Amino acid sequence: MNALASEIVRDTSAVSAADLAKGGHFSGTIGDITTPDPRMVCREVNVWYGDKHAIKDVSLDIGNHQVVAMIGPSGCGKSTFLRCLNRMNDTIDGCRVRGSITLDGREIYDKGLDPVPLRAQVGMVFQKPNPFPKSIFENVAYGARIHGLTNSKAELDALVETSLRKAGLWNEVKDRLDQPGTGLSGGQQQRLCIARTIAVSPEVILMDEPCSALDPIATAIIEELIDELREHYSIAIVTHSMQQAARVSQRTAYFHLGDLVEVGETTQVFTNPRHKLTEDYITGRFG
Amino acid sequence: MHTWTLLVALLAAAALAYHVGRKRAIATAGGSGRINTLHSLPAYYGFYAAMWAAIPALLLLGLWLGVQDQAINELVKASLPPQSVAELTPGALGLLMNDVKNVASGNIASGAVTPAIQTAADQYARLQHLARWTQWLLVLALSVAGMSFAWSQTRPTMRARNRVESVVLGVLILFSSIAVLTTLGIVLSVVFESWQFFQKIAPSEFFLGTLWSPQTAMRADQVAADGAFGAVPLFTGTLLVSFIAMAVAVPIGLMAAIYLSEYAPRKVRSVAKPLLEILAGIPTVVYGFFAALTLAPVIRDLGEQLGFAVASESALAAGLVMGIMIIPFVSSLSDDVINAVPQAMRDGSYALGATQSETIRRVVIPAALPGIVGGVLLAVSRAIGETMIVVMAAGLTANLTANPLASVTTVTVQIVTLLTGDQEFDSAKTLAAFALGLTLFLVTLTLNIIALHIVRKYREQYE
Repeated sequence: MNALASEIVRDTSAVSAADLAKGGHFSGTIGDITTPDPRMVCREVNVWYGDKHAIKDVSLDIGNHQVVAMIGPSGCGKSTFLRCLNRMNDTIDGCRVRGSITLDGREIYDKGLDPVPLRAQVGMVFQKPNPFPKSIFENVAYGARIHGLTNSKAELDALVETSLRKAGLWNEVKDRLDQPGTGLSGGQQQRLCIARTIAVSPEVILMDEPCSALDPIATAIIEELIDELREHYSIAIVTHSMQQAARVSQRTAYFHLGDLVEVGETTQVFTNPRHKLTEDYITGRFG
Repeated sequence: MHTWTLLVALLAAAALAYHVGRKRAIATAGGSGRINTLHSLPAYYGFYAAMWAAIPALLLLGLWLGVQDQAINELVKASLPPQSVAELTPGALGLLMNDVKNVASGNIASGAVTPAIQTAADQYARLQHLARWTQWLLVLALSVAGMSFAWSQTRPTMRARNRVESVVLGVLILFSSIAVLTTLGIVLSVVFESWQFFQKIAPSEFFLGTLWSPQTAMRADQVAADGAFGAVPLFTGTLLVSFIAMAVAVPIGLMAAIYLSEYAPRKVRSVAKPLLEILAGIPTVVYGFFAALTLAPVIRDLGEQLGFAVASESALAAGLVMGIMIIPFVSSLSDDVINAVPQAMRDGSYALGATQSETIRRVVIPAALPGIVGGVLLAVSRAIGETMIVVMAAGLTANLTANPLASVTTVTVQIVTLLTGDQEFDSAKTLAAFALGLTLFLVTLTLNIIALHIVRKYREQYE
């Protein structure tokens, strides 16, 4: 069923690519929205905030062990789309989502599906580091405590340590785990938030401009980390920095005014954009 | 020719000065086309002139009014026949002067009008008249002088804007010092009276004594007790009632705040929050008779059915109703701090797969806790200071008890009963009210300082 849907979408995109690709108007997604080994499959996703149609018929696959970067000018809907993937939009009043999004073949907008455990499977890292006003240890242990992931103090300690190690923060904080997480530097806070997300062993990690509040050095560390995390997780990242998208991602999706304009291999999108809008954006003509 | 007509005249002078100053500034600049050569906008030169016209004159007027009566009194007193004044006590002299004033203003004097009083009254009326005219003349002259000074000062390089600014600053400082000085005055008067009380009653008896019976003989021939001023039962009574009130207000207020800020749909919130805050607008005397006439009988009947002896005025009735009164305090302040917890905290928790109640329990409330504690402490000081409900519902008996079904009395109630009616201000009984007030003030002040400190500490947390 999903395969069929993707066939249809690919068909239309092929037509529009030929006829209208360089016209500067959106007329269907260009490029291959599918991946061979998809973790999440989104088909014809529409989002409304009240009367505002924020996302229009967006279809995209999130590949396994792959980083998908979503770029586009402010207000283009990339963050909204990201928040659909773990149903974070449920917490916003007046937000409606239509369409199909599956995680490992299960429809996440199914009426019977509880969004709470879903969010443990699809973790999220936010734009501004948001550690809880608790100790570093408690920040990482939070998810485990809620979900009862560990049976003993020793297991919990081990989980916190491995999570912090994976987030590349262990060496910096191992002597002060009982200090408040809010006392860390911005970059360390963001890695703490990543460690917190990893601790509940998600399958997919969503990152909403994770480096926009950080300096270049902290950004470089996080980018390196994202590349390492790809081994274990599927990652979707929203970013305003095209260099960042080019550095960390394998596939890139360009959003414009709620439409998914172009998807493709990152190298292809940046070196040889097929749509006029994409080209204008990455060459800095607007956005 | 009242003082307020003079005030109106001053206002008019200031308006005139504004107009003149503004015109003058434009003229010195060389016409309205060249006002950009002025340091400040023409209006500032106007304000500058208006201030010079009004402020010195107002100060003089204030000074004059403060001194005038005193000065005229002295002059009239000096004009009275010396032998008749010499033998009078200060009180009798005051009465005499009152007669003089009454005769002067055409009212009825307390006794027969002697020729001496008549002359003095004429003198008084003449001086009044003279004083009023001089006052008008001097004040208006000063106003005009101020206006001309401003006129002579006005030139394009004068920094009128900055000078107006510094006057504004001065006015603001004046008004804020009025508030501060009033507080200081209240505290000092209470401290002074309390000092007198502690001259009569040892502090150890007051703070440690367990018997409160402030009835003392007012006349030497009266049969009355000696009076006992042990304030411990009052403070335990206050604590008992406040404790019951907080036991009601904190859980209800907190739960209501959590519901309103986290769960309630916008429509419910927009109706329920104002309704809840109406509770704070009900006069406490209304709560008082609700407690005394509605709740207290219910509690007594209920208690009797269960086999408890319940006084018709009980700490429980007063505490319960006081708790209801305090609910909006707790809920409003808690609601504010819960709302102040950044949405990013909640998002972070939801994104880890936490439910709403887990998020509230483990993230929102701990983050808001200092603010909530601050709010609760403010509510406690409100409860301790509350009077009307307790007067009406808790009784007047100073029982040293922890039984909420018994009648108790509080510090505030005793202050009311000690000071209502005719009292003499040199007996320990009356002065005790000030000592109680001072102690109460210190307790609530301490609580408020702690609360403010906690709230401030909390504010820094997300910076």
